[in-house]
Amino acid sequence: MTLTAPATAPPAAPPAPPRRRVRPLRVLLHVFLGLVALGWLLPLALSVYASLRPYDETARLGYFSLPEQLTFGYYEQAWTQAELPRYYLNTLIIVIPGVLVTLLLASFTAFAIARLRIPGRRTLLIVFAAGNLLPPQVLITPLYTLYTMVPLPAWLSDSQSLYDSYVGLILVHVAFQFGFCVFVMANFMRTIPEEINEAALVDGAGVWKRYWRLTLPLCRPVLAALGTLQFTWMYNDFLWALVLMSSGDKLPVTSALNNLRGQFFTDYNLLAAGSLLVALPTLIVFQLLHKQFVAGLTLGSTKG
Amino acid sequence: MTSRTRRYSTRDMAVLVVGLGVAIVVNVGVIWGPALASVGLSGTDWSGIGPIEWVGAQNYHDLAAEYPPFWSAVRNNVLWLGFLALIATPFGLFCAVLLDRRLRMSRFYQSALYMPVVLSLAVVGFIAQLVYSSDYGVLNSVTGLTVDWLGDSSINIWVVMVAAAWRHVGYVMVIYLAGLKAVDPALKEAAAIDGADERQTFFRVVFPTLRPVNVIVLVITVIEALRAFDIVYAINRGRNGLELLSVLVTENIVGEASRIGFGSAIAVILLAISVGFIATYLSQMFREER
Repeated sequence: MTLTAPATAPPAAPPAPPRRRVRPLRVLLHVFLGLVALGWLLPLALSVYASLRPYDETARLGYFSLPEQLTFGYYEQAWTQAELPRYYLNTLIIVIPGVLVTLLLASFTAFAIARLRIPGRRTLLIVFAAGNLLPPQVLITPLYTLYTMVPLPAWLSDSQSLYDSYVGLILVHVAFQFGFCVFVMANFMRTIPEEINEAALVDGAGVWKRYWRLTLPLCRPVLAALGTLQFTWMYNDFLWALVLMSSGDKLPVTSALNNLRGQFFTDYNLLAAGSLLVALPTLIVFQLLHKQFVAGLTLGSTKG
Repeated sequence: MTSRTRRYSTRDMAVLVVGLGVAIVVNVGVIWGPALASVGLSGTDWSGIGPIEWVGAQNYHDLAAEYPPFWSAVRNNVLWLGFLALIATPFGLFCAVLLDRRLRMSRFYQSALYMPVVLSLAVVGFIAQLVYSSDYGVLNSVTGLTVDWLGDSSINIWVVMVAAAWRHVGYVMVIYLAGLKAVDPALKEAAAIDGADERQTFFRVVFPTLRPVNVIVLVITVIEALRAFDIVYAINRGRNGLELLSVLVTENIVGEASRIGFGSAIAVILLAISVGFIATYLSQMFREER
């Protein structure tokens, strides 16, 4: 199409008025997005609502009804009956070392791949990145067998093997998330100007110093983004603990939710309260570190 | 360049060998070693204890011919993929396009859409029970129906996929939004000057430039569909209409009847499907890099 200047248009009326008018299309856009957003929040709002109402009330009236009585009793019950504090602690025992070791190992590997001209660095990067994309079930059977066969000293694991130990779970998280972090950090480190390294070389700085003192401090934004994302992923894990743990008292908090299910009868309001308590830390992290979280999600997909 | 010719000191070499050595050992020992072992074990009838006997392709034959959950799992995985790829992903893209403009409350809309992404899939599974429960679930209360959404094996996979999509849309939206922000605004302006309307601008100008993002989203969608596990496991342990390949693998090793060879055969099928997509993904990523 070509630009045509209407001959009759008076010059005083430009096609785009500078003053903002309420455009019907914009209103429609807000209505649509608003409805979608509410629809998206609805299930969570619903579980908050359900968790505040006694079972016999919702059993009588259904979940979609006005409340007669609101109570925090279920939160208390979930907290004590499912022994949530202990499971939160289990999760922290797994997730904190998991995130730290992953970031440490991955950042060093990324440094070696991006900054040092080690032979085969491209192959290494491909192998590491591909490992992260495999569905866990592809390796879970041999891994389970391997874990039962590797002995650990009793002070490290009371099961005396990698199976059913915190170390084992941390190890699998590190190994699985490692590839993604290496990939993202190697991309990021390539964007750091080479001159910094050159100057350090002239000063005679060794590999470790160049990594720890010079490169890592510059990687803070990417470390923050990956840390947030990895915390959420490891926290939310369900599968690894299910397969590689057998003692109920060592399970992370996401798996402990099942303790709230009765053998014959499940109180869904209690389950809602428990689910929300379990979801709370990730929701808080998400609200506080919103920017880092989104940055982390998109790091792998766009050039870092 | 100095770093190309510089020799590393002994200490430097030690740091490198330890650092990279640990990384490689962990990666091979926990990821690639077991993945390859799956391939080997899938040709045996090992039960976890006792001697390992080679049975060739027997497990694959049994899978296809004598194990009914296998075909329903394949069907469900394909449905899952189709649902995410044809409904959830385009919807995520649509929302991203709508949000990619100066809008008041944009931050609220975005937060709402990707809030489910931070939730554990297990929690999503539990929330789904509140909505879909046949006796007191909200869906039945609102619609006045008495459908057993999760118990009826002919429909439960659909409602579970809706729950999975709830999470997937936000993820896709975030990725596309980042991709759209990277599109050169001059392109859009040029199209507008040429008289293209918004729809034409998007489909003819913007969408083609999103190709790398599209490939990544496609692969993420496929991988998510293959990995799907937690939601169905939280709902009913993946039985009665909710069979998935990932669940079958787990079922065959956890529990009394440990059929490691058989479970591995299912895992190898997952591996075979995913490897092709992983290769696509990586070639896309590495092409960008050059």
